[in-house]
Amino acid sequence: MSGYNFENMTPSSIVLDDEEMRRAWTRVAHELLERNRGTENLVLIGILRKGAPLAERLKQSIQRIEGQEIPSGVLDISLYRDDFRTYQPKVGTTNIPFDVEGKKVVLVDDVLSTGRTVRAALGALNDLGRPAVIQLAVLVDRGHRELPIRPDFVGKNVPSSRSEFVRVSLTELEGRDTVEIFRER
Amino acid sequence: MRRKDLLDLYSLDRSEIEYLLDTAESFKEILRRPVKKVPTLRGRSVANLFFEPSTRTRTSFEHAAKIMSADTYSLAGSTSSLVKGETLKDTMLTLDAMGIDAYVIRHSFSGSAALAAKYVPNKPVINAGDGTHEHPTQGLLDLLTIREVKGKIDGLEVAIVGDIAHSRVARSNIWGLTKLGAKVRLIAPNTLMPAEASTLPVTIYNNLKEGLDGVDVVNILRIQLERQNEAFFPSIREYAKLFGVNAAKLSVAKPDVTVLHPGPMNRGVEIASALADDPNYSVITDQVTNGVAVRMATLFWLMGGTD
Repeated sequence: MSGYNFENMTPSSIVLDDEEMRRAWTRVAHELLERNRGTENLVLIGILRKGAPLAERLKQSIQRIEGQEIPSGVLDISLYRDDFRTYQPKVGTTNIPFDVEGKKVVLVDDVLSTGRTVRAALGALNDLGRPAVIQLAVLVDRGHRELPIRPDFVGKNVPSSRSEFVRVSLTELEGRDTVEIFRER
Repeated sequence: MRRKDLLDLYSLDRSEIEYLLDTAESFKEILRRPVKKVPTLRGRSVANLFFEPSTRTRTSFEHAAKIMSADTYSLAGSTSSLVKGETLKDTMLTLDAMGIDAYVIRHSFSGSAALAAKYVPNKPVINAGDGTHEHPTQGLLDLLTIREVKGKIDGLEVAIVGDIAHSRVARSNIWGLTKLGAKVRLIAPNTLMPAEASTLPVTIYNNLKEGLDGVDVVNILRIQLERQNEAFFPSIREYAKLFGVNAAKLSVAKPDVTVLHPGPMNRGVEIASALADDPNYSVITDQVTNGVAVRMATLFWLMGGTD
């Protein structure tokens, strides 16, 4: 989020390549449908930036599996972060073209770690209405939680130490699909 | 670069102006919500010091700060210790000692915002209009409005018409527009042209028709009626006839010409009433909406982090 300098780190090891990412994320789409018993009232909200294309992919998988198009939106959380005073974020635009009131909302993000981004997203969502349920889908869970937050759907668990960094690259933004681990030099 | 204050657009660079416009554009989404509140500046305080009358700018700043959850205090010249002769310095030191986090200042003396900023070395000061110097957030909201309508600023021909000599809005517009690549024309009788006009990056016109020829945007400034007895022009009627803008006079401009006015308007003097209300030309109410977004962006920029 705050732009780590990966240049100063050791070469990465790849945790997920494009094929593995595709399979893991398709599985998450199936799990999501199973848990929610179909698509009724189901909506996807991607946390900017990387949650947005990941939500879009889930939407397409669900359309393929169920033949149903479900609503999706994007959420900017920079105004809700608790570390606003220590760095200056580039603010994105929230675009949720439906009412979240009473919906089953699945929040989507790339990496879950401390849980602070998710806490901010819950605050942002709360200002837009009162969903019936909020669930959390992440591509990578790397641990190190600082808040009582847990994911409902996980693409891959990546146990990592605090001195390591996880980088998710997505075709829509970076031109390739990979999850890598970096270590500080 | 990290800035403490927003005192003018003259010293901002293009990327800073674009950051503020992009951020403001994102903030407009919040203005359309049923609950217009984000917690970003919770627990922080903003003092609005208006030593000169103002309705829209003061309300706009206060609204912007409140949407961001800041606590706001409004100090008007007539009801504060200023009438007891307190200096600007003592006012700033007092509020600083109370722990106010940021200051918005309007004052009739050019340079007063910069002076106030020196008295609070660790707190942001935002210039909300200082004499005939600058009104940077008005400049930003004009830029945002033009960019929204035209999709860009680069290469546009923008005319500023009216009392340019006494206008801080004109100066902020000139710097903001030229930094973003627009070409600026000033249209006014010579008595209302600033003394330094020839040193500015603008083209000067004393004839309305010539100045409006082929323009994309016209920003019409308020004629300060209170200056009428200073004899800058012979009569209101003559000014309205020669420099008042209406739809017919815009026939020489681009067919999709956009009309801005910073308000408050003298309908029938500098701008025809029908033109001000004509949605084919006028974006005056969009300017007001964008003003709130631009002020939110400014508070966010100055009261945010250190990176």
